[in-house]
Amino acid sequence: MQKKECVAMLLAGGEGRRLGALTEQIAKPAVHFGGKYRIIDFTLSNCTNSGIDAVGVLTQYQPLVLNSYIGIGSPWDLDRKEGGVSVLPPYMKSAGGDWYTGTANAIYQNIGFVEQFDPDYLLVISGDHIYKMDYDWMLQAHKENNADASIAVVEVPWEETSRFGIMRTDEDGRIIEFAEKPKNATSNLASMGVYMFTWSVLKEYLMNDAADPKSSNDFGKDIIPKLLSDNANLMAYRYEGYWKDVGTIHSLWEANMDLLQEKPSLNLNDHGWRIYSQNPNQPPQYIAPTAELSNSLVNEGCEVAGRVDHSVLFYGVQVAEESHIVDSVIMPNVKIGRGAVIHRAIVGEGTVIGDGCHIGSVDGEITLIPGGKTIS
Amino acid sequence: MKRAMGVINLINEIDFLEVLSRNRCVAAVPFGGRYRLIDFILSGMVNSGMSKVAVFTHSKYRALMDHLGSGKEWDLDRKRGGLFVLPPNTEEHDEKAKGDLYQFYCQRDYFHRSKQDVVVITRSHMVCNIDLEPAIQAHLDGDSDITMVYKHTADETLSRNRRIRMDETGRVVEMQDHNGRLVSDHVSMEIFIMTKAFLLDLVETSLAQGYDHFFRDAIMKNMQQLKIGSYEYTGYLGIINTVQSYYHHSMNLLIPEVRRELFYKNGLIYTKIKDEPPARYLQGSSIQNSLVANGCIVEGTVENCILFRGVKIKAGSAVRNSIILQNNEIYSGASITNAILDKDVKVLEGKVLQGDPTAPFLAVKRSIIGQ
Repeated sequence: MQKKECVAMLLAGGEGRRLGALTEQIAKPAVHFGGKYRIIDFTLSNCTNSGIDAVGVLTQYQPLVLNSYIGIGSPWDLDRKEGGVSVLPPYMKSAGGDWYTGTANAIYQNIGFVEQFDPDYLLVISGDHIYKMDYDWMLQAHKENNADASIAVVEVPWEETSRFGIMRTDEDGRIIEFAEKPKNATSNLASMGVYMFTWSVLKEYLMNDAADPKSSNDFGKDIIPKLLSDNANLMAYRYEGYWKDVGTIHSLWEANMDLLQEKPSLNLNDHGWRIYSQNPNQPPQYIAPTAELSNSLVNEGCEVAGRVDHSVLFYGVQVAEESHIVDSVIMPNVKIGRGAVIHRAIVGEGTVIGDGCHIGSVDGEITLIPGGKTIS
Repeated sequence: MKRAMGVINLINEIDFLEVLSRNRCVAAVPFGGRYRLIDFILSGMVNSGMSKVAVFTHSKYRALMDHLGSGKEWDLDRKRGGLFVLPPNTEEHDEKAKGDLYQFYCQRDYFHRSKQDVVVITRSHMVCNIDLEPAIQAHLDGDSDITMVYKHTADETLSRNRRIRMDETGRVVEMQDHNGRLVSDHVSMEIFIMTKAFLLDLVETSLAQGYDHFFRDAIMKNMQQLKIGSYEYTGYLGIINTVQSYYHHSMNLLIPEVRRELFYKNGLIYTKIKDEPPARYLQGSSIQNSLVANGCIVEGTVENCILFRGVKIKAGSAVRNSIILQNNEIYSGASITNAILDKDVKVLEGKVLQGDPTAPFLAVKRSIIGQ
């Protein structure tokens, strides 16, 4: 196999338990987002837009939808002769096989895959974050700093620091302290779950980590603290822009609503950095004479005859007359009956909302309607 | 139908599409918000189980080549078979001027090498969603030399088309060229089904007699000697070769039954993917009875329109009864009625464009209106 300077490993095994019914059948990276995408489209598109053309996708939990979605990678231009995208589930070896016991273990079990490309650097990313980032800039910074590892960091509001892995750096950007979900943070730079490693260094740490029975085989809990305590050259890479971890129903809803700002901080209409996804081949959307639309995103294949305010409609959604959808996310092929009213809800794929149904409330918790249901 | 191969014949297609076909052949004219005309018959072939399709191009085919690419979107990027784009294979310039029969003859190796034994010859300007399988089966079951597909319609007064008349057994007994006076509601869809051996024989004998037009010479002149059968298509048909028929059939897409027939009935219509995000409707937008493709940003008023991908309608502008092609930008205060604007047009602040449904206002690709 041809040598690649940098290979990406995309962690997509996350169960996403806090997304409830949305992840009963599918892994979190396969959850729908933004009217036409799945969450993993953002990282896969980032890879292809950054010129990284060898990507391993590590799957474990409910991989069926994710596997068939990724296929041979053609939507992201990752169907390549050498490299491209490879889906890497846990597998059996002659001495038995194992589930991926942690994020670091997932890479460890696939050292063979990485070594085929004889890379100098390994990018480790997570398939459940939404952001646009040029990994090549990060690689250049990593090389200039002669770093062993670079971790992308983003400023988060101080009151939210307890939800993230927080880095404290010196004035040169070198990481001097790392705390996972600290109560009293000393910095507001959060790890984005984007790591650039010098492969020879990481490989050694992965081997040592695997040999340590006490380790939980996790990047955040084991590998990074070990690098730090060994005084390795660990650099922070400052990222400025939109980044969102859509781990909960509320944050998933919020990230969708972020797209409806007048000037969205995540611009999907940027032709210089397109987000690619599988195409369902639907005709253009039809907006009927009775429709009223404002502040909304609507995808192809929709037929809208009702009123839609501040909402996101995925492909193939039908909205009947006299219905009203407000502040909601309506996933693919949902049918909404005449006179139905929906407030602050996420409606799962293929669900049918009967005539006159009232769903959700004007304020308070986001209502989640699972996919494939009939509500009357 | 695995034993049938498709031929989409773009040589000398009747073309009164004016600016819409100035720099592109009819097959590549955008239609229906995100398609080009060729997508309909090409998808029909694929959805009918055909896996080998040749597109005989003649001129102005750059946009078409870009659109078709490797044929991937139609699942025609195959190791064996798949999509073949065949431009004129001639040495001398004046050979290019010869008719489609001559071009078929020049590509006879292509036919010989194919393992399929039935050929379906079509044009690109028939907008339909047709299942060709029963038509091919009808041909194989009958004893006709050629089977022609037609539609019974009174709606095709705006396009240039060929009328035919059949006897009670369904045999075609009269047919006339586009300017003929034959009164008949049977309109030819320019789809001809025959065995490959018969086609190659027809090509050679006609050329030997000095003829080089497939329809006018090989078929019309031999109508008495050949047995030409007919097969009726009952779905939606739009013959798109004049500006008036383009406008008429575009506006018909706003009728739910037409969309159901055309976009879903016998399978989906495939096209080149642009990876545009969903359409955005901003505060203050007002949109009614319109077909909108992805990538559009609507802030103004839109009524009875077809908006192609990436169109921007700014606040305070109004677009009515119009067809707005890809990446148009309509600035605030502009007012557009009964128009067809080709790709990448900008209509600047306050400009008023007014056409008539029978003679829509036409704007050339990349023009800037209002300076």
